[in-house]
Amino acid sequence: MAMKVENLAVARGGVLVLEGINFQLDKGQSLILRGPNGSGKTTLLRTLANLQHSTDGDVICDPDSIAYASHSDGLKQMLTVRENLEFWASVFASGNIDKAIDAFFLEPLLSRMAGALSAGQKRRLGLARLLVTDRPIWILDEPTVSLDTHAVARFGDTIKAHLDDGGSALIATHIDLGIAASILDVAPFKAKPKRLPTLDEAFL
Amino acid sequence: MIALLIRDLKLAIRAGGGFGLGLAFFLIVCTLVPFSVGPRSQLLSSIAPGILWLGALLACLLSLDRIFALDYEDGSLDLLATAPLPMEGVVSIKALTHWLTTGLPLVVAAPALGILLNLPAEGYLWLFLSLFLGTPALSVIGTFGAALTVGLKRGGLLLSILVLPLYVPTLIFGAELARRGTQGMDVQTPLLMLTGITFATFALLPFASSAVIRINLR
Repeated sequence: MAMKVENLAVARGGVLVLEGINFQLDKGQSLILRGPNGSGKTTLLRTLANLQHSTDGDVICDPDSIAYASHSDGLKQMLTVRENLEFWASVFASGNIDKAIDAFFLEPLLSRMAGALSAGQKRRLGLARLLVTDRPIWILDEPTVSLDTHAVARFGDTIKAHLDDGGSALIATHIDLGIAASILDVAPFKAKPKRLPTLDEAFL
Repeated sequence: MIALLIRDLKLAIRAGGGFGLGLAFFLIVCTLVPFSVGPRSQLLSSIAPGILWLGALLACLLSLDRIFALDYEDGSLDLLATAPLPMEGVVSIKALTHWLTTGLPLVVAAPALGILLNLPAEGYLWLFLSLFLGTPALSVIGTFGAALTVGLKRGGLLLSILVLPLYVPTLIFGAELARRGTQGMDVQTPLLMLTGITFATFALLPFASSAVIRINLR
């Protein structure tokens, strides 16, 4: 078991958005999150990635096994593609960036500044970062935005290879990545509208 | 951590990185003061340590809002928070980078600007020493302020208002050390106080900054 979520409730901006979420993610398994805009997919993923606290429930998972990729790629415009990748490789102490370069065909772009890349190329570089983190659980928020069909297929293959290696993935996406995955629709977990008492109110 | 330091130093010296901005500002302020005070070399030399300290402090303030804002905007702060680096380490490296790109050039340039302000000869060593001991505290305190305002639009103005009062002790003892040293008086008390303040900020503020960053990322 890579990750287990029990009765999780998450909030954004002091408003409860999702509650009563239960699921289990096994090694080699992937789970696709579906739900309309504003249903709380990003909030759920940020909570699972330990960027914010849950309001209720438990996440049973080693936080050091998670690689998170958000809407923004976290690229430095004034560093080259290679420098961007090497930075993350040394932060995650993994060292090897060749696999990531091959997987997202970044070879011809290596000496280009990240700021000079197109949106799709930036996204590919942002996703290549996942491979240099060397972490088993990928939490991906809309990973295919601005990718062309060819790149989406390559990305699907990358995820398959990752799952075959015993990794797992939790992906919020609206398109078909061509991987065998269970689907979790978050819409039924929508919380009843209710404002949570915030810290500030204690002082007012 | 070293990788983060190297990355931030690289970013600072590349286009748009803002390296030298603080230094240029310091240079201009210290050049303008003799114009506004007028050709009174006696007066200038007595206010020189204070002016140099105030100039250095304002120059430090200028680049503070960039410490976290850029990383926040492009999403790398989120990614750093999920990376295997302790957040306390990240904020300490950010403060160190700020000092290396802003504080250290000021320390090195200040004696040269002392000439413009007619600083007496015996003051150069003390001016250099007081800035060398004091500017790291300015960077660490400023990093805390930047952490407080990360994610706010136009946070730079609020940042100045939050940080300037916190700079007061460093300014008082730093300028006092430079002034007493210049006039040949006993410097032990301001020297110890300035060093103590700097080390206290090193010991305490990284924890506060990292806690604040985590709250702001939520």
